[in-house]
Amino acid sequence: MKASPETPMAREGSLLAVRELSVSFRSERGQVRALDHVSFEVEEGETLAIVGESGSGKSVTALSILRLLDDAGQIDNGSIEFEGRDLLHLDEPSLRHIRGDRIAMIFQEPMSSLNPVLTIGKQVAEPIRLHRKLPWSIALEQAAELLDRVSIPESRHRLKDYPHQFSGGMRQRVMIAMALACRPKLIIADEPTTALDVTVQAQILALLKRLTKELNSALILISHDLGVVARYADRVAVMYGGRIVEIAAAAALYKNPQHPYTEGLLASQPSLHSTPGERLQAISGQPPDMANLPPGCAFAPRCHYARAECRASRPPLEPVAPGHERACFGFE
Amino acid sequence: MAFLLGFHRPGYTTMQAFIVKRLLTLLPTLLFTSLIVFASIRLIPGDVIDLMLSQNDISTGQDREIIEAALGLDKPIYAQYFSWIGAVLVGDLGRSLWKNVPVSEQLAATLPITFEMGLLALVVALSVAIPIGIFSAMRQDTGSDYIARSFSLLMLAIPSFWLGTLVMVFPSVWWRWAPPLDYTPFLEDPLKNLRHMLVPAILLGLSLSAVTMRMTRTMMLEVLRQDYVRTARAKGLKENVVVFRHALRNVLIPVVTLVGLQAPLLIGGSVILEQIFVVPGMGSLLLEAVFQRDYPVVTGVFLVVGVAVLFINFLVDLTYGFLDPRVRY
Repeated sequence: MKASPETPMAREGSLLAVRELSVSFRSERGQVRALDHVSFEVEEGETLAIVGESGSGKSVTALSILRLLDDAGQIDNGSIEFEGRDLLHLDEPSLRHIRGDRIAMIFQEPMSSLNPVLTIGKQVAEPIRLHRKLPWSIALEQAAELLDRVSIPESRHRLKDYPHQFSGGMRQRVMIAMALACRPKLIIADEPTTALDVTVQAQILALLKRLTKELNSALILISHDLGVVARYADRVAVMYGGRIVEIAAAAALYKNPQHPYTEGLLASQPSLHSTPGERLQAISGQPPDMANLPPGCAFAPRCHYARAECRASRPPLEPVAPGHERACFGFE
Repeated sequence: MAFLLGFHRPGYTTMQAFIVKRLLTLLPTLLFTSLIVFASIRLIPGDVIDLMLSQNDISTGQDREIIEAALGLDKPIYAQYFSWIGAVLVGDLGRSLWKNVPVSEQLAATLPITFEMGLLALVVALSVAIPIGIFSAMRQDTGSDYIARSFSLLMLAIPSFWLGTLVMVFPSVWWRWAPPLDYTPFLEDPLKNLRHMLVPAILLGLSLSAVTMRMTRTMMLEVLRQDYVRTARAKGLKENVVVFRHALRNVLIPVVTLVGLQAPLLIGGSVILEQIFVVPGMGSLLLEAVFQRDYPVVTGVFLVVGVAVLFINFLVDLTYGFLDPRVRY
């Protein structure tokens, strides 16, 4: 799979450029490939949503960027260029300067992602103290301002509180404050609202979107829910079986999906126009077994349009329209 | 109970209320302990009078009755218990049947010595177990991890009395050096005192460190897999800051519990090691008293041990509050 000059992959000056990233995990069933030649870019200030079901590789992609995969995970191939430097070839100390300062992460579980024995103030102030080399007193002062920005009432008093004294939504606000602490150029939010109530979800996403816009930070928003990210993403990448199967501007992707999987995902969503009682369409079959992927397109076993060609070889990610790429031999 | 006693009134913190409440709940436990302690020594075959009589050449059945009456052992056992516990409640632990000195005097002389040894052993145990446990976890499945784990298993498997005997015998054979065996009170000459106490304390500490080290290692591995540790790493913190600021306190919560549970082992171990290293502590006192069926002394020591174990676990409960902000009294 080689990038041709006219594809967006070759654009110069992207904030983040992930190229041909392959990651595998050690398991009892041998080496399992979790990411297979994944490539995408994120421009400055842009919001890219990465959507896919469990096991599609979206969280692995997120963790790979900051090299936070656990010991079983291994990056086999590819490059991750951020502000002109390949993160995969940085030594640990240089990488630590990027983590939390230039690139920050927000995790899925606000319940378990905050340290239960440290105060909120300390946890939010920590990156400021670390990267800005400020004394605790000033870092805590800034932490209170950050808590204000994420709309935590009485922020100054709450600095001394512990995570268990906050609700799930409030904790995710704290996580956002922590991620914003050093005004990073890129924020990676790995399913930031999955663990939250539906009513809180929208608030958190709107907050995240507003604050990243204010700071002109780029945002990678990872979700399993195509519907949730629709309003917030500039572009959307759909992942399936460890690969990107379609990537496009959000509007184009929703209006005119070019991959059968994306089409299936969109058809499985309820809309305001659907009649009550009408059954939603489901994608038949099971998500792929990552340890045992078919030789051809990973989606072929579930695809209505699959042909012999699809089962024999993997379709490369190729442009179908300007800024719109898909990995499909074509279906109509 | 605390509520009824009015400890929630202003002026008392919830912490103080907790302490009082917790101390009050210790009372029934202590009473039950005293019952077991009192009965158990009397269940050992061969009573004190037999031993006393066997030391005299002439003995008649009449002597036996006279001694029994003099020592108060002619009364039924429950009557003996009530008169004993009644005296205990006013601070009188009775007198040694052999030496005719108050048990409380003997305890006052020996308890500080055992306390010192226990404290030294605990310091040794923790300062070996926690750093090695952390180190071992950070280098999981490497050579140094295996060495540390094998060492801890070895310490767990080797009885400290055997190790104590080795330390007594081999250095004297090889290097003509033996650990000092003459006891000097700490206040008289701290250095000399420590030189004597340190060897048994290290042996005792090492045997206790094994379980604590494994627990520290396991918990550290567990905690390092937690989401909040990943958050800490994502902030760009150095690994040692991640381990010491973010992980360690979470690791110590269960480790402290374990240390509390080990308190009886600590005291039990010192009984044997005091004997080997001629430390005139409570362990030596107990051993002698058991051999002689000196009931008041044995019950006195056991009572002190019981109180100590309960008190240590009480301290453990208090420690949680400092380690874990989720614990509220």
